[in-house]
Amino acid sequence: MSAAHDDHHHGPAKGLSRWLFTTNHKDIGTLYLWFSFAMFLLGGSFAMVIRAELFQPGLQLVEPNFFNQMTTMHGLIMVFGAVMPAFVGLANWMIPMMIGAPDMALPRMNNWSFWILPFAFAMLSSTLLMDAGAPNFGWTFYAPLSTTYAPETVTFFIFAVHIMGASSIMGAINIIATVLNMRAPGMTLMKMPLFVWTWLITAYLLIAVMPVLAGVVTMMLFDIHFGTSFFNAAGGGDPVLFQHVFWFFGHPEVYIMILPAFGVISAIIPTFARKRLFGYDSMVYATASIAFLSFIVWAHHMFTVGMPIAGELFFMYATMLIAVPTGVKVFNWVATMFRGSMTFETPMLFAIAFVVLFTMGGFTGLMLAITPADFQYHDTYFVVAHFHYVLVPGAVFSIMAATYYWLPKWTGHMYDERLGKLHFWLSFIGVNILFFPQHFLGLAGMPRRIPDYALQFADFNWISSIGGFLFGASQLILLVVVIKCIKGGKKATAQVWDGAKGLEWTVASPAPYHTFTTPPNPDLIEAP
Amino acid sequence: MSRESQTSTKRLVTKLMLTVVGMFGFGFAMVPLYDVICDITGLNGKTGDQVVQQTETVMVGDREITVQFLAQNAAGMDWEFRANDPQVKVKPGEIKVVSYHASNSHNYIMTGQAIPSVAPNEAAQYLKKLECFCFQEQVLQPGESVDMGIRFFVDESIPEHITKLTLSYSLFDITDYEKPQAAVTLN
Amino acid sequence: MLPKAKLWLALTVAALTMLSTNLQAAWDLNMPQGVTQISRDTYDLHMQILWWCVAIGVVVFSVMIWSIVNHRKSKGAVPATFHESTKVEIVWTIIPFIILILMAVPATRVLTHAYDASESDLDIQITGYQWRWEYRYLRQNADEDEVSFFSNLSTSRDEINNTMPKQENYLLDVDNPLVIPINKKVRFLVTSNDVIHAWWVPDFAVKKDAIPGFINETWTIVEEPGVYRGQCAELCGIDHGFMPIVVHALPQDEYDAWYAGRQEQARAARAQANNVVTRDQAMATGEAIYNRTCVACHQAGGVGLAPAFPALAGSSVVNGDLTANIELVLHGVPGTAMASYARMLSPVELSGIVTYIRNSFGNSTGDLVQPADVNALLEAQ
Repeated sequence: MSAAHDDHHHGPAKGLSRWLFTTNHKDIGTLYLWFSFAMFLLGGSFAMVIRAELFQPGLQLVEPNFFNQMTTMHGLIMVFGAVMPAFVGLANWMIPMMIGAPDMALPRMNNWSFWILPFAFAMLSSTLLMDAGAPNFGWTFYAPLSTTYAPETVTFFIFAVHIMGASSIMGAINIIATVLNMRAPGMTLMKMPLFVWTWLITAYLLIAVMPVLAGVVTMMLFDIHFGTSFFNAAGGGDPVLFQHVFWFFGHPEVYIMILPAFGVISAIIPTFARKRLFGYDSMVYATASIAFLSFIVWAHHMFTVGMPIAGELFFMYATMLIAVPTGVKVFNWVATMFRGSMTFETPMLFAIAFVVLFTMGGFTGLMLAITPADFQYHDTYFVVAHFHYVLVPGAVFSIMAATYYWLPKWTGHMYDERLGKLHFWLSFIGVNILFFPQHFLGLAGMPRRIPDYALQFADFNWISSIGGFLFGASQLILLVVVIKCIKGGKKATAQVWDGAKGLEWTVASPAPYHTFTTPPNPDLIEAP
Repeated sequence: MSRESQTSTKRLVTKLMLTVVGMFGFGFAMVPLYDVICDITGLNGKTGDQVVQQTETVMVGDREITVQFLAQNAAGMDWEFRANDPQVKVKPGEIKVVSYHASNSHNYIMTGQAIPSVAPNEAAQYLKKLECFCFQEQVLQPGESVDMGIRFFVDESIPEHITKLTLSYSLFDITDYEKPQAAVTLN
Repeated sequence: MLPKAKLWLALTVAALTMLSTNLQAAWDLNMPQGVTQISRDTYDLHMQILWWCVAIGVVVFSVMIWSIVNHRKSKGAVPATFHESTKVEIVWTIIPFIILILMAVPATRVLTHAYDASESDLDIQITGYQWRWEYRYLRQNADEDEVSFFSNLSTSRDEINNTMPKQENYLLDVDNPLVIPINKKVRFLVTSNDVIHAWWVPDFAVKKDAIPGFINETWTIVEEPGVYRGQCAELCGIDHGFMPIVVHALPQDEYDAWYAGRQEQARAARAQANNVVTRDQAMATGEAIYNRTCVACHQAGGVGLAPAFPALAGSSVVNGDLTANIELVLHGVPGTAMASYARMLSPVELSGIVTYIRNSFGNSTGDLVQPADVNALLEAQ
């Protein structure tokens, strides 16, 4: 674009205005990543409150109402504030460099889609300081608890969700436009790195379902303030309808948080196995089929609402089918490692942990798909364990793997490998102590979202809490590693990892402020 | 970026924005869509608010089906509300009349509205109401009582395995409290 | 011994001690097999799928670990160059698909069985409230005395607030358990008064959402007499964690005796509705009701929980006009969390609770409310 062309040779502006007015994809990526890390710590501190209260039976630290606010805010902030912006940040940084584009297709919108986010989360978090308290109806905000029975602050929550949604939609449009229109000559679709592929599909998912989320919160707004009865049984509405609309958004949302992770892992494993990714084509098709299936499985979150048996069976079978493409992905990663020449730097450690622990989350997901068994698992700690396994050692580990993997490219320095490994091992041990016992708690009958529990759940709860504190504290190491790496360290080469392949490794480290202002030589573009 | 790719970006973004608007609309379209699906499948035991027209009793066979009547108040509603007959036995096609009783024990005028639901939910479509008070506003004066009738029959095409069905009414308070309880101040 | 090793030893000993002191608490690892056909079938299904997952996991992770051990650069491994094989891809698409079919068959069978609530012997309506359950036994005709009651958490607030040792069934005890006969098909009609709750008893493998305005059905046939405990499974507000479910399953004759006793109690309560109570009786009744019903919102000591839940201590309503106060408790306050208690509590209990709040927490109106006063208000209108 002409503006980009004008300051073609200039570096970044100085001071705060660089960050406020930037339209540079690398700056915006950095902003997203720091914002996401801040939200990760905030949401994490809420999780620490939850685990501290659950350390022992009885009420020790917080009132049940505040506990419910903590579970709600923890969920909302981690999903919308930590995981999603982190992936958008990675996309901003890496996609233009991976496809040989000078920047994102819509740089000004890019600036805007980031800068409305802090306002959304400031609005959401400010409810904690209000008299009525923060939202306390769970991140799934089922009506009528979130409408007729909600605290007054629900309106702030609704507007915050609207803004987050707008931000995600703009981000998604930008990514689609970039990937479809800005690829360097020679970068055909089937030569794109899988991270670009998974993000392209994710962006389509976002465009399809974020408006539905906006719709459902708008309906809530109307029910609360304008006397409509979408979800209010008194006026002929249906609370179960809320769940259908919500999960029509909510299930694809789950894949929005995991597909880019698949892309990250598919970049890292080949690099450290020094071997091409096994089954590139099947990876692309598997991602697309997971995305498609995600639209027809939503009611598996609602097996106990009393659907007709035909509905229960349909959603059970459709959900089970997702295991097939997901399995293909895991098999491909293992096949990539098989007969490679592996080294185990921090990104690879996180990636291997991802494959193992995400797969465990996948197994429990398959168990949850079995409707009659789900009657026992539903709304227990078994579910909590399941989705934390796919989200923490799944999505979050992949974000950490990506951070370590690309950090030398971003800063121009190698990170401290010893600290990185320490961070990995403490996180790996912590996360398993934290979440593995929760499977047992759920099977033994502990419901989720309770501030206090019967005595037979005491042992696994304190173990889980210890794991939680360990995992929480370990994340500060990441902060140290990143700051150290920005400040200095061993100079990174352009290639950084000897097995790394792709256009992002052909530019210098740190990546110059403007890259690929002239398209790369098409001969450099090889099949991934 | 070249002019050509700029226009193609513009076209793409327009298309994507239209998709966004369309999906926002789709969220709302799920409301009527859901009602249609409910009507067809009896999902959630919705019985619909239409009464059917039929005057003649057409009894078929000698199967007997038990129809139970439940009444409960929703939160904030404390009229006395009960089914006068806890259950009746009917033959498919046979027209029956039963009634519910409601009385307002408050010292002000109140409006109630009863929402029906049927279990098992697949039975909902076979319970045909000729006359009912579902979804109708009932205004009761202080101390007033009313008996509300239901004329219904069970459709003869009801599957063999359904031998008992339950019609439940939840009574909601839909009084318009302009000045919410002026006499009562909290604290 | 090295100081470091000493530290580890001390930590290990401490951990072991902690474990052994907790050994009397059950280390439940798995889903209960339960006491119904459905619960056993569900357990079998759960185990079957678990073992499939373990088997797949062992195969996949063995290959992975074997590669990690052997194909590492430090061992001089040279990377192979293969990167695709349609044949292999087809194999590992088909095999999981077949396994899924093997899982789906028994799952469909169990689900079909669980969904068949027909031909029940006894029907019970279960209504969820914030935060208690109501059980109502369906009658054959209008002349029978109806058995219906509320089931509240009976664990004391002192145990919850750690000022008293916790008893064995901490948070899993109620004042009025649901009682059902064994070996009879009991059909539950589940609904809600306010928000969505879920009625769950793990030993029966029964979990059903209670949805306001809608009615759901489920059923069970309990095969062994006993006491079975569960909890509300859907977030339903502040005291979601404090609305347990307790079911007593009795042999038919004991159940019949219990049911007749309950009907007798209903008649007696009607007869007692106008009895005169003493101040001590009213205060004792009131305190018990307060701790069971009111304390979640109005809090111990009547201090309330700003802003939604007003304090009773020093409140203008509680220290104001008596009739207005009784009416507020009877009918609640529309649009707020204050429910209507006219049907949830008996006149004796209502007179007790009003007497109690008007003479506690520093309020000293001196009023003594009689059940007859409450009845007069209920009937006058």
